[in-house]
Amino acid sequence: MDVLTDNFSTFGKGFLGTVELTVYASLLALALGFVMASFRVAPVGSFRAFGTVWVTVLRNTPLTLLFFAVLLGLPRFGLVLPFKVFAVLALGCYTSAFICEALRSGINTVPKGQGEAARSLGMSFGQTLSTIVLPQAFRSVIAPVGSNLIALAKNSAIAGAFSVTELLGSYKTLSELGYNIIWTFVWIAVGYLIITLAISAIFNVLEKRWGVAR
Amino acid sequence: MKALSHDSTALYDIPGPKTVRRHKLYGVISTLLVLALVGWILYLLFDTDQFTATKWTPFEYKGIQELLLRGLGNTLKAFAISAVLALALGGLLATGRLSDHRPVRWLATLVVEFFRAMPVLVMIFFVFVALKVQPLPALVAGLTLYNGSVLAEVFRSGVNSVERGQREAAYALGMRKTQVMGHVLVPQAVRAMLPAIISQLVVALKDTSLGYLITYEEFLHAGKLIASNLDYDLPFIPVVMVISPIYIGMCMLLSWFAQWVSKRQRRNPKTEAADVAPAEPGTLLPMGVPPDR
Repeated sequence: MDVLTDNFSTFGKGFLGTVELTVYASLLALALGFVMASFRVAPVGSFRAFGTVWVTVLRNTPLTLLFFAVLLGLPRFGLVLPFKVFAVLALGCYTSAFICEALRSGINTVPKGQGEAARSLGMSFGQTLSTIVLPQAFRSVIAPVGSNLIALAKNSAIAGAFSVTELLGSYKTLSELGYNIIWTFVWIAVGYLIITLAISAIFNVLEKRWGVAR
Repeated sequence: MKALSHDSTALYDIPGPKTVRRHKLYGVISTLLVLALVGWILYLLFDTDQFTATKWTPFEYKGIQELLLRGLGNTLKAFAISAVLALALGGLLATGRLSDHRPVRWLATLVVEFFRAMPVLVMIFFVFVALKVQPLPALVAGLTLYNGSVLAEVFRSGVNSVERGQREAAYALGMRKTQVMGHVLVPQAVRAMLPAIISQLVVALKDTSLGYLITYEEFLHAGKLIASNLDYDLPFIPVVMVISPIYIGMCMLLSWFAQWVSKRQRRNPKTEAADVAPAEPGTLLPMGVPPDR
């Protein structure tokens, strides 16, 4: 127990680091996933091809490899950014592939007739997508997007293994101080549980409010 | 690219001649943009001397090729062991979750939900650091616990996806629960959940690379050793360029296999059970969505 009380600031810092990383990477993943999903359903072949390549490659890349390449590779090009930015980039791009697939499956659940109705009113592809199809697609993908963001929060642990400013990373500091390592891990586990349960709760509320009953 | 044929989308009509021309223009412009991006990356690569001979010589040496192959072998070894163990654990936990005895069911549910909610890496680190286990068993333990719990959910929803009538008919014939499971439900469920199982194995294969973080001598670790070698002018980018295609290729092969199986299933009239979605990586603990809605 004193592992937690004595080192509340270390745990707190790690916890906040994980939350921060999760929030920024989620925003990037949602934005990129949205763009890629629109690419994948676009009428222009090369857009579709680009989206497909993006999703296929990133979904089949081990996240550790991606971190390895981004954290240690980009600086070789003279691109030196703070660690956090690199971590957000790697996590966000990786998760965007999964978000894209979730959104695309949501788009496919919107009945064809709705799009036909929109077009018969004279709406363009962009208008149909943004005012008719996507709002409905969003409602049907709340649950899968939520679990992808939970996966993102859990994956952020990998960033912690590359540096210390994250929840998992805090074990290094504490084991050097000679604290009981098992209890340290118990509190790290509790920290992750709080984060994943919070995301899960948020998405449950969202789903109750906006979800589509099918 | 037949994912979205023109007659199956709600988003746009079959384009007329004018729109086709416009789309072609967009296509050309975006292709040019992508080409420009690729060109810029190539320029950066050349500009930072990534293609100089010294940086690529290491791959000509036998010792280094062997180092890479040994790393790849270790990756596949960890994958094979944890895949087999995860399937076994998944079967065990699924049996527990489908049990008629409430305490067994609760225990299995608790185990499954806990290990699904934890990051794999935390479990691996826990076994490695706190329990002071060797890297390979630590990696295998983490992967087995996580993927086993996810697979348990896949198995469970697979069994539940078999039509209710089948189970009722089997019970009506006087079969015991074990017989109903073994002779009627599981054989049909396996067909339905095979694609989901293979997709989960892709996750396991990808996660073996976490072994790198606990100094398990796998593929990425071998790459790191070569990349940090001063003799060859720190060939980091060449190493990434050699390693990534192999990693991504392996996972893609397995993913394609999963897709191929699921396509074959869909054509197979013998498959009664509905599709089993791959289990989600998250936690559904608090007020979660009922899994078989």
